Amino acid sequence: MGVTPIRKPEEKTVDKAAQIMIRRAEELGIETVYHRYEKQQPQCGFGSLGLCCWFCMMGPCRIDPYGVGPSRGICGADANTMVARRVLFHIANGEAAHGEHAFHVLETFKGAVEHSLEGRPYPYRIADERKLRSIAKRLGIPDAETRSVLDLAVEVVKKIEEDFTRTTEEPLNVFRAYSIESRRRIFERLGIVPRSIWREAFEALHRIHVGVDADYRSLLAHGLRTALADCYAMLTATELQDAMFGTPRPVESYANLGVLKHDEVNIVVHGHNPLLSTKVVEVARSEDALKLAKDVGAKGINVCGICCTANEVLMRLGIPSAGNLLHQELALATGAVEAMVADYQCVMPALADVARCFHTKLVTTMPIARIPGAIHIEWKAGRADEVAWEIVRTAVENFPRRARERVFIPDIKSKLIAGFSVEAIVEALGGSLAPLIEAIKRGDIRGIVGIVGCNNPKVPQDRGHVELAKELIANDVLVVGTGCWAIAAAKAGLMSLEAQALAGGRLRKVLEALKIPPCLHMGSCVDNSRILVALNAVAEALGVDISDLPVFGSAPEAMSSKAVSIGTWFVTQGVNVHLGVIPPVLGSELVTKLLTEDVEKLVGARFVVEPDPKKAAEIMLDHIDRKRRALGLPA
Amino acid sequence: MPDGLIIYVDIERCLGCLSCYFACATEHSLTKTTYTAPYEVPTPISRIRVVPALGYNVPIRCMHCEKPPCVEVCPTEALYKVAEGPVLLREDLCIGCKGCILACPYGAISLDLGKKVIAKCDFCVDRVRKGLTPACVEACPTGALRYGRVEEALYELRKRKAKEFATGLTGTSGSDAVLYIPPSGGEEHGCNSH
Repeated sequence: MGVTPIRKPEEKTVDKAAQIMIRRAEELGIETVYHRYEKQQPQCGFGSLGLCCWFCMMGPCRIDPYGVGPSRGICGADANTMVARRVLFHIANGEAAHGEHAFHVLETFKGAVEHSLEGRPYPYRIADERKLRSIAKRLGIPDAETRSVLDLAVEVVKKIEEDFTRTTEEPLNVFRAYSIESRRRIFERLGIVPRSIWREAFEALHRIHVGVDADYRSLLAHGLRTALADCYAMLTATELQDAMFGTPRPVESYANLGVLKHDEVNIVVHGHNPLLSTKVVEVARSEDALKLAKDVGAKGINVCGICCTANEVLMRLGIPSAGNLLHQELALATGAVEAMVADYQCVMPALADVARCFHTKLVTTMPIARIPGAIHIEWKAGRADEVAWEIVRTAVENFPRRARERVFIPDIKSKLIAGFSVEAIVEALGGSLAPLIEAIKRGDIRGIVGIVGCNNPKVPQDRGHVELAKELIANDVLVVGTGCWAIAAAKAGLMSLEAQALAGGRLRKVLEALKIPPCLHMGSCVDNSRILVALNAVAEALGVDISDLPVFGSAPEAMSSKAVSIGTWFVTQGVNVHLGVIPPVLGSELVTKLLTEDVEKLVGARFVVEPDPKKAAEIMLDHIDRKRRALGLPA
Repeated sequence: MPDGLIIYVDIERCLGCLSCYFACATEHSLTKTTYTAPYEVPTPISRIRVVPALGYNVPIRCMHCEKPPCVEVCPTEALYKVAEGPVLLREDLCIGCKGCILACPYGAISLDLGKKVIAKCDFCVDRVRKGLTPACVEACPTGALRYGRVEEALYELRKRKAKEFATGLTGTSGSDAVLYIPPSGGEEHGCNSH
């Protein structure tokens, strides 16, 4: 078998806490994602190029890029068909993930509304009336300012349910409500207006079935449409979550493994949906829970998070983040975690093996996401309080079993400010976007780059995220973002006011006046919708299309299908998207050309692949300056 | 071979994934990366093939013979055997006569139609001289291709033969000189094999 070169922790991650914990895990003989990554080297060349197909049982088939072997699969699919099917599969996979997330939020929201109408108790309620009125208004529900909140909520539920179940060619209600005229025209012309959140992924799976769509162009066109459905599914999730749990406002907290505590019960929430994690925080902060913890000798209960459910409870409740994707096993390797509570998405099954090395309980909670070796305490909306209590009690009761002599928490954490919803940004600007627009026009803010997405062990953890952000802010570009990038930036200190010092002179003045950090945390990865809402507003204020703006998107360490889908919808919405990891498309020259060149003629933006963060920053600055010139703005 | 190291092929383990084929072509390219090598001109040539036979997948590759027929028939001395073991090619001397292809008992020599010369396994001499494993071995995910000492390979072989004797599956359990008597109590066989 292959002999794999062993990389040092310093080559695997730029995060100091992670470097320490990788060494610790190795001392303890705990296998992590980094070991498994090395064991997978070299990875399959056919798969890396997108040239394998397993969608039917005549296969699996491969196409030989070296030209000796077959140039078509058994059905006759060529490299272009194979690669395009695979891209569409990733997009549909991402859309299904966000669509389900949004659906679970909708079901819960509907439960809250129905129970309120009947005057029955329910664990969830509408906490942010203002947000609900704004959603209703956008959806065109009449008298949104004056009607009762419950009345409006009933209508909102109806409109959003339609977006899942529609059987006509009409567009999504949410699409109509949250898109700008210039984009709608483009989507209509291309025939890619999203119709239903369920239907687009469904149709995508049909198209990639053997013997259906073989034209890489129509496969990818449906990819754009499915990605747009993804975009508005995410937007639905964000908006309803805000209505139920509150729209985020600036909040201070900490990030990195140092947020775990020696003398408290540590509960790490992990996954993406705030439905349960918010409840866990509520319960853990209660007097009764504190008493329970003191009874077992703990000073309190410390809830912190991994990945995007961490971002959800950070944004709204100031809960500290223990880290991003590649921190998940390392958090458990501290031996200090009583329970890791997972919902879904990006939760590695390997966690069960790490948990087994300690007293740690890995708790799965969602009916669709179970892990062998975990205990399963199933979330149900109507029983959410009881479920959260059961989880907190399980964690607290586990505290006495912690082997103190094996606990090892790296004393590293960074201060951060999060909570920059669009509403919060507008508030920080004094009530309107005008000061931001003026700063862009003057050139004090040269442009805006949204950095998002995962970690990927193919590149050193956080290196792309942090280096790119630093380079951009030093060049007067305001950086906003979500997801694992946001946690990376926070860990690197880029979300503190002190980081203003790293900004270029002109940007620094703006940041100092507004008292905001140079990198703005806009939420979980589902909250990429917030970036779109902001872009829509800026474009409308300037009277131009999104593709005219001095902006760029980036996913330096993209990993998941969701990232493929998000990247695709940003491009479709007119924002160039940079990827720092090579996606599995190079097996088809035509697909590669379409995604990185020709798509620009259709939607005004394209993908750019550049593994080097410094070079990526140059590409972005160049693009931003070109867009500024085209708008007649000064350099 | 370098310090008695050989490549050995365990046919039972080969899944036919062609990772060795892919890695060989990539290794014998200018850029040496998955993402760029297939698009070089001329196209890099893989020197290993996986051929299905009797329900198995058989990696076919140069055996680097002790008395290589390809070297013997080569009219220009383009092919030669080095002291460490590998049979190598001086590409500039090759006239593309294909004599070696006919002479090779294993069908292991390919033709580079772009350069109009032959292409054959070089045992990844550049890699093994640096202490690395040959690219095909590194790429093999199942251990069908391995790189190690002759004794290790023979041990593998003996282990399999010993199992066959122990389970009475050899077909022959003896000769005029030696007789193997298989154990009785069939159900217990192999219970400790993992």
